[in-house]
Amino acid sequence: MSLYQLTAHELHDKLKAREISAVELAESVYGRIEEVEPHVKGYLTLTKEIALEQAGAADAGFQNGNEMPPLAGIPIAIKDVICTKNVRTTCASKILSNFVPPYDATVMTKLHQQGVVMIGKTNMDEFAMGSSTENSAYQITHNPWDLETIPGGSSGGSAAVVSADTAICSLGSDTGGSIRQPAALCGVVGMKPTYGRVSRYGLVAFASSLDQIGPFTKDVTDCALVLNAICGNDEMDSTSVDVPVPDFTQSLINDVRGLKIGVPKEYFTEGLDTEVADCVQTAIAELEKLGASVEEISLPHTDYAIATYYIIAPAEASANLARYDGVRYGYRTEEPADLINMYKKTRSEGFGQEVKRRIMLGTFALSAGYQDAYYKKAQKVRTLIKSDFDAAFKKVDVIATPTSPTPAFKIDERTADPLQMYLCDVMTTPASHAGLPGISVPCGFVENGLPVGLQLLAAPFEEEKILRVAYTFEQNTEHHLQKPEICNVKGKQ
Amino acid sequence: MATITTEGVSHVANLARLEFNEEETQDFTEQLSRILDYIGKLNELNTDDVPPTSHIHPLHNITKADAVKTSLPRDAVLANAPEPEEGYFGVPRVIDTE
Repeated sequence: MSLYQLTAHELHDKLKAREISAVELAESVYGRIEEVEPHVKGYLTLTKEIALEQAGAADAGFQNGNEMPPLAGIPIAIKDVICTKNVRTTCASKILSNFVPPYDATVMTKLHQQGVVMIGKTNMDEFAMGSSTENSAYQITHNPWDLETIPGGSSGGSAAVVSADTAICSLGSDTGGSIRQPAALCGVVGMKPTYGRVSRYGLVAFASSLDQIGPFTKDVTDCALVLNAICGNDEMDSTSVDVPVPDFTQSLINDVRGLKIGVPKEYFTEGLDTEVADCVQTAIAELEKLGASVEEISLPHTDYAIATYYIIAPAEASANLARYDGVRYGYRTEEPADLINMYKKTRSEGFGQEVKRRIMLGTFALSAGYQDAYYKKAQKVRTLIKSDFDAAFKKVDVIATPTSPTPAFKIDERTADPLQMYLCDVMTTPASHAGLPGISVPCGFVENGLPVGLQLLAAPFEEEKILRVAYTFEQNTEHHLQKPEICNVKGKQ
Repeated sequence: MATITTEGVSHVANLARLEFNEEETQDFTEQLSRILDYIGKLNELNTDDVPPTSHIHPLHNITKADAVKTSLPRDAVLANAPEPEEGYFGVPRVIDTE
């Protein structure tokens, strides 16, 4: 096995035992990038110079015999929606093509305290709006399992680089499923913590009542390690919640006896690919075999989650994206006639089609005469969706569903019809409305070899239950150990 | 719920400080109409007695001490400005000097 193939916890043991150096590890990952990144195209910016400096610092710590944090020297990739001091942060948008943040997001400060090695910034749908990463203004990212398919989105780059072993782990952001869905489609572990668990300071805002940062990792143990590093209340984000953060590694328990798993019947209806359904049902049966009790539950308002989402998220986005006006940072049009003309031309030239579509949708939903019929209506339905989950979690500990209704689809297959693309998020948006923590773990493959994800949800701040179920599943299955054979790669046909 | 016309799209575009040519206006009218049509399914639900959820946690008035703290240096803030001018953000003329 090459170093780039290992998990963070395996690598930590080797670094600690001084079997390997962090510089050697970083070089191994950059070597892998040279090999496969031309095919995958997961990165927008590589930060090798910084990475080698950080790796050198981690090595110095290990050499001095210091007690080093679990992520010290670990190569990590960061979604290009998270502000990184002095490193270009584009949100995959033309409007931020030259934006270099003068500060670090809180998650970056926390990761630097651990001594991570930042490999680069990953591709995404522009401003995190999309489900396939095809809305990037810069490039298409390819799914390592089949380069003709999309990696999911919006954090498609962050999922693809972990899947392709061009990063050991990564950070993404999830508003309506943007961590969980690409994790499922790329066959890696991806977790959205409870809304408010992780500070959003320095996360470029899309829909502020839904956005949350979370990790992509190769296994559940690494997921717990990254959560330990990034969670916690932050005075720079007044919506981060002041609750104690447990040591999530304590939840890595290979035992689900006594836990109740609810399976919502509304998630297993028309539109769900039959092979995906089979993989997920088999996974749930496995958990039952391992001692969990499984019962069918109902979340009656599931079918309204997408309609609700495509009012609330665009409405919040239309307000958040008002800041891109060509005045303080980012792109400005050439030779505007006057101030209003400058705003209009800057924004029309700087934003891509999907971003404009959502700004239009959101502005409409908030405009005079329509606000009650659309925005307020959606907020009320959000209450009903949340109440469904509140009732369910009185009966069960964890809810298990498919993460995505289909495996990865072909590039360009759904770009012509925005509504079809929106329906990709049908399994992930309900939990987003309720602010729940959710994970996607690999649970099998369809016949053509594409991975399938199992989504596990819990009540707010009950990440530990999710991790325990996910860990038990992982310890008793081998789906997460499968690696994609990226074609055209050196040594392969 | 209403559908949206090309005039409606032009009105909303102005509110959002965007501008579209005729073809784009037509495309957005069709796409937004289809999306709003789908969203119309929310009307199947009676929500008269349901309170709205704007935020999932019961947070109220998070305050901080009113203390002076160091902020970013002016140069760092202006480094990203498209047209900085004498320590300020430059914009096209907004006041008529005639």
